[in-house]
Amino acid sequence: MTSQTLSSTPTGSASSRKPARRGAARGDGAWPWLFVLPLLTGIGVFFIWPMIQTAYYSFTEWGVFGGTTFIGIENYVRLFADPRLYASLGNTLIYTAVVLLGIPIAVYLASLLNLPGLRFASFYRVLFFLPYVAMPTAVAIVWRIIFNGDFGILNYTLSLVGIDGPYWISTPGTAMFAVALVGLWSSLGFSMIILASGLKNIPPELYEAAELDGATRWRQFRSITVPLLTPSIFFVTIITVISSFQLFDLLYAILGSTNPVLPKSMSLVYFFYNQGFVQNDKGYAAAIAIVIFVIIGLVTLMQFRLQKRWVNND
Amino acid sequence: MTEQLTATRPLTTRAVTVPGSGRPTAAAARRRDAGRPGKRGGSHVVAHIVLGVGGFIMAFPFIWQIIMSLSTNAEVQSVVPTFWPAELQWQNYAAVFERLPFLDQLRTSIVITVIRAVAQIILCTLAGYAFARMRFRGRAVLLAVTLSILMVPSQAYLISQYQIVQGFGWLNTTLGIVAPGLFSAFGTFLMRTAFLNLPTELEEAARIDGASPFQIFWKIMLPLAKPSISVLAITTVLWSWNELLWPLVVSTYANSMPLAAGLATLSSDKTTDYPVMMAASILAMAPVLIVLQRRVIDGLAFSGLK
Repeated sequence: MTSQTLSSTPTGSASSRKPARRGAARGDGAWPWLFVLPLLTGIGVFFIWPMIQTAYYSFTEWGVFGGTTFIGIENYVRLFADPRLYASLGNTLIYTAVVLLGIPIAVYLASLLNLPGLRFASFYRVLFFLPYVAMPTAVAIVWRIIFNGDFGILNYTLSLVGIDGPYWISTPGTAMFAVALVGLWSSLGFSMIILASGLKNIPPELYEAAELDGATRWRQFRSITVPLLTPSIFFVTIITVISSFQLFDLLYAILGSTNPVLPKSMSLVYFFYNQGFVQNDKGYAAAIAIVIFVIIGLVTLMQFRLQKRWVNND
Repeated sequence: MTEQLTATRPLTTRAVTVPGSGRPTAAAARRRDAGRPGKRGGSHVVAHIVLGVGGFIMAFPFIWQIIMSLSTNAEVQSVVPTFWPAELQWQNYAAVFERLPFLDQLRTSIVITVIRAVAQIILCTLAGYAFARMRFRGRAVLLAVTLSILMVPSQAYLISQYQIVQGFGWLNTTLGIVAPGLFSAFGTFLMRTAFLNLPTELEEAARIDGASPFQIFWKIMLPLAKPSISVLAITTVLWSWNELLWPLVVSTYANSMPLAAGLATLSSDKTTDYPVMMAASILAMAPVLIVLQRRVIDGLAFSGLK
């Protein structure tokens, strides 16, 4: 071992070391497989195989007592004629739109938090971040009470200014809006943290130069902060849209599984869950899952396309 | 954990005064401030008002939840809100343990979270390291297949995962809830990136000294990857503790569910004792909030920079 070390030291330049490393790596033999196989086995059993199976199931019908029959594209034909698909897609879009409103708010709040020498900054960060880490089903319980039509504090507050608040979570029009407000509340902190780390990368010299030129704070925000932050804003937008399209937890926990507004307030994933695990129509549910997958893929692709127009990548 | 905090401090707390550890950053902030007159004082008032009001709105549901957990059911349901209960009803917290299967659910939540975190750390670091640093046939294809999972929404797996777990006879068992979450494509990706970013020199020196690949991994590379391992641990714990859909699908009995699913089914029931539900939800959230709060922010800021 010593002689090996000694003999290799003099030739330890970057160029001569490379072939030696490749040789050693090839000598790893079975080692790489010992490292990757435990994970790959699980990934294969619980993810790759299910992915293939779901794609297959979407072309089958499930009998009442088990057993599947291949029915071709019938599930998809039925699905595209199903008004619930469009209703749940519409609801998901409403939810996504409301939650996306949080991003400009998060940009503004993150830029405030980033002010040099701001006191209590870490305290504020904790306050804004709390909803993101809190268990959705646990916070849903308190939001149900806040939104309650008879004794909720929201309607009480509205009544103080003369507004007669609706039964938020049992009226079809407002139920999705209420859920989306909670979604906005819980995702704001995450966006702020990501945006704040993007803000740290903006060189302070730019602000100093702008200040010397007499630019106002608002002007600095518009002309320096926002353009230089676009890569972070883009990242946060992508994450927000993808997770909004998978809305389930908050909806289920706030509206409950017996709420009469549910048929009209389903999200795409709730529609999937209801069909597959409540109605036990798993072939149809598989088709819904595939459609959700395609929709999310298309929306993400579209965002990456549009990215070139507004994201500043220099 | 200490390594992680040190590693992230320059990134996350620049220009932020952290009580107790904030001396160098405070000094840095002062230095920056010196070059920017007018940034202090007056203009910060607006920031404090906006952040204060915003922060209060963010925190209000939690405050309200605590107040209601200590009220009577009648006080919760009074049309003019009771802003402070006439008498603090601490027995609501005792009722959580007496009337709900809370302890069973808490035990399930802890067990599934610990098992998943440990399993993911072991499996994802091993595979991530091999994908980053070892050469073997089919590496690129296997990596691409693993990463493709990240693009598929989790519902697409659900039906089939349910059948597999059912086939093993694991419905309504902790094993069934835990199983798919032992393996994480995200974690593998995270750890691969972490190992790719580490310098190769140490590894080469150890290899020349005759260390086996496992020794190199265990003794040299793993300690260096600690910041990313704690990010993985944090994200897994958070996800596992809060996850609803999968546990809801594989467990039908209240006492085999973790807390998230237990609370969701509880709130669907017709009979509602609001204060007890409030107390239960506070107790369900508390462990993760208390343990992780500070680390989560630093960890996510760290991963967000990648």
